[in-house]
Order: sequence, then C-alpha cells, then structure tokens
Amino acid sequence: MKEVISSNQAVSNAVRLCRPQVIAAYPITPQSSVVEMIANFCTNGDLQAKFITVESEHSAMAACIAASATGARTFTATSSQGLALMHELLHYASGLRLPIVMANVNRALAAPFNIKADLSDSLSQRDTGWIQFYCESGQEVFDTIIQSYAISEQVLLPVMVNLEGFILSHTYEIVDIPKQKEVDSFLPLAQPRHCLDVEDPVLIGGTTDLYINFRYKLHQAMEAATMACKEIDTQFQRNFDRGYGVIQPYHCEDSDIMIVTAGTIAGTCRAVTDQYRKSGLNIGVLRIRLFRPFPKDQICQVLAGAKKVAVIDRDFSPGCGGVIAQEVKSAIQGLRYPIPVYEYIAGLGGQDVTDDTIKTIINHTNNTQEPEGCTWIGLLR
Amino acid sequence: MKGQYRMKDMPVTAISFLTTEGNETGDWRSQRPLLDSEKCNRCGLCWMYCPDNAIRPEQDSFKILYTYCKGCGICAKECPRGAISMVTEERK
Repeated sequence: MKEVISSNQAVSNAVRLCRPQVIAAYPITPQSSVVEMIANFCTNGDLQAKFITVESEHSAMAACIAASATGARTFTATSSQGLALMHELLHYASGLRLPIVMANVNRALAAPFNIKADLSDSLSQRDTGWIQFYCESGQEVFDTIIQSYAISEQVLLPVMVNLEGFILSHTYEIVDIPKQKEVDSFLPLAQPRHCLDVEDPVLIGGTTDLYINFRYKLHQAMEAATMACKEIDTQFQRNFDRGYGVIQPYHCEDSDIMIVTAGTIAGTCRAVTDQYRKSGLNIGVLRIRLFRPFPKDQICQVLAGAKKVAVIDRDFSPGCGGVIAQEVKSAIQGLRYPIPVYEYIAGLGGQDVTDDTIKTIINHTNNTQEPEGCTWIGLLR
Repeated sequence: MKGQYRMKDMPVTAISFLTTEGNETGDWRSQRPLLDSEKCNRCGLCWMYCPDNAIRPEQDSFKILYTYCKGCGICAKECPRGAISMVTEERK
C-alpha cells in the first residue's frame, strides 16, 4: 500500500515487516523517531520483539551483539556521535560475524555542533567490517532495510543502511509498503546458525593465535558480499519490481565528464546533467549505493570511457580530502591508464547542494586543464 | 592446534573448544588473597563480589580457587571483617 511517510518512518515500517526479535537503541537526533516508532510497534503488538532501552549507543550495540550471538534477528539505529560511541563494538559485531542490521541517519560530527546531513559519521566507520549502503529516497531506504537482512544473514556480516539526516529522515514522500506475507516470502524468519547455546557453552571471539586467519576470512566474506548484494537486489526486483544495483549509472555510456557521488546529491546531479545534455555537453552521473565492500570492478567498468571524473563528497577526511574521491581514485588505478579525478567537497553540515552548486562543479571540471587538489564549494568569500 | 587446522575447515569466527573453565587465569596473578578462617564469619560478600567466580561456597566456608583468581583484590577490599589479606605472589 502506498503511503506518504518520512524516511525514518520507512525504516521503522521496514524493520517491523522484517520481524526482528530484539531491538536495542538509544535516541539521537535525527534518528530518534525511527526507534520511537518501533517502540510503539512493540507496545501495541504490531511487532513481537523485545525492545531494550539502554543508557548509551555503546550499550545498544553491545545488546545487539549479545542477542545476535544467541541467534536472534536484531536491529538498532543511530546517528553521528552515537555511531562514534559505538565504534569499538562495531569491530566486535563484524569480527563475530553477526548479521546485525543498523540504520544510521547521517549527521555531521561535532565540533562545531551540527545536526544536519553529512556522511563523515559513517564513512569514518569504513574499516569496521560493516557492509555500508547509502540511499537516495524513502522507497530505497525501505527496500534496503529488507535487502540488508537477507544479505547479512547470507554472508554473516553486519549491515549499515545510511540515509541523510533531514534531507531523507524527516522528508515525507510516497513509499510503497508491501504486505507482511510478501516480505515473509522474500525474507523467511531468522534461520538457525552457529550461536551461543546454554546447553553447550563455548567462548566466542576469545584470544587466539590464529587471529590473522580469521581476519582473512572476514576479508573473503567482504569480497563475496558484493555479489551477494547484487544477487539479493535482483531477487528483490523479481519479487517487488524495484531494484537499485550496487552502483547506479545515469547516462554514463557516452559522457565526457562523469560525476561520482553518493546519497541524495545524485538526484540533483541527474536533473542538472539533463539540462547540459540539451546544450551539447554530455555528462554522466554515477551514484555509489554500496560503499563497503567497494564495488571497484563495477565502478571501473563505468568510468573506463570517461575523459574526466568529478567526485562530490558530502564528507571529508582532514589532511586527505573527500573519502569517496580517495576510494574512486584507488579503484580506477585498476584501469592501468590515468583519468583525471577532480575532487569537490560540498554540503557539509547539511548545506544545500543545489543545481547551481552542481553547475559550478561541472563548469570548473570542464574548464580546468588538470585537477588541482580538493576544491571546496560554498565557502564564504 | 595450528597444524591440525586448514583454512577451509575453520569456523567463521573464533569459537573455543571448551567453556571459559578451560581458561586458567590464575597464572595472571601478582597478588594472592589469603583467607583467615578464624576472622571469617561466612557472610559470603567475597563470593558475591568476586568478578571471576573464583570464590566457591563450600559446606561451611568459602574457598578461593587459585586456578582462576587473577588477584584483583576486590574480595579483600569488600570483606567487612578484614579476613582476606593480599600478599605478593611468589612464583618459582
């Protein structure tokens, strides 16, 4: 049934239909309404799950890890500083190979204090062994939560679904909510896996001199996860008639300049490139939906024909530049021939990235002979 | 153990073959708690506070399990009768 809901409500409704057994969460703007709504579902019986209220995000993740280690399907949601507080436990979740699903509402990290959209919070959790998705619409957020349970339980890795604060989280749009039985047929109830068992107690994740071997297995699982994400997306498309791929190219076949970005900025880029196309400048847009594992091969394939690549990051790593730009540069190294990559930082702390911003970026890329480090858009004069 | 394992046979994560009873943590200890049974009134606070289950209630006393006791000293601190003293662990 189609409803006009916010992306936070899309998360809550998708989680309800996935029938998790344990939810542990701590409120933080702009995520709070996700878990408030889930708490209501648990209270009024729409969701048969244990909702654990905890004293911090660190505890929320600890509770999810413990519950997941007993075989329960679990969920939590957080944002920004809350995600940062979870950091050390994120490594435990992936190292123990637990299929936990988490929604992270992207918000800027302090200081200065800012509650609006910025991808730096989740991108700075890049190396924690979590699969990461970046969404563009309420419907995609909804669908990605459902896909994430299927993916995580297949590859035994935790999944983080990212949506930008306010731009998605508090914006209402049409979302098609399938029936419970439709979701059930795509995502069966949590299946038994190797878990803690009171009848046969063991210690999991304890000290071992085989450490490097377990890390290698984690690496292998991550490598295999790209294919799993693709296959599950294809299966999802068969069931629900909606699919997204791990990357989303738009007019990339015949373009001179390729814009690469993640999240909602991609939509604005597509609208602007349509205008440019009429005036004869062919521009493509590549939205990266799956960030970890980074779909290197797919990205290389799309960018292979580009004369110039412009990467727009709503995030940055101080002392280096945009995180996605670094990843893209590293990936296209695989092509064995150089493509100039122009790096742009825009929209930090929820600053609007408008069509004019995109035009500035396109014109700068078009008129500049050689890339000259990172260009910041939207600074004071 | 390394010799017996092959990568493909390994579980996805480190799982012990034993319960934590197999981890004999007593050799971590630098301070050894000594229980003076003359002073002890068997209140059981040491047993309740021990973070490692290294104190076990017996028929009419409490026994420190030196195989597991890490020597944290919480029992000595909590004992209202001062019946537990910490002494430097002597090892050969």
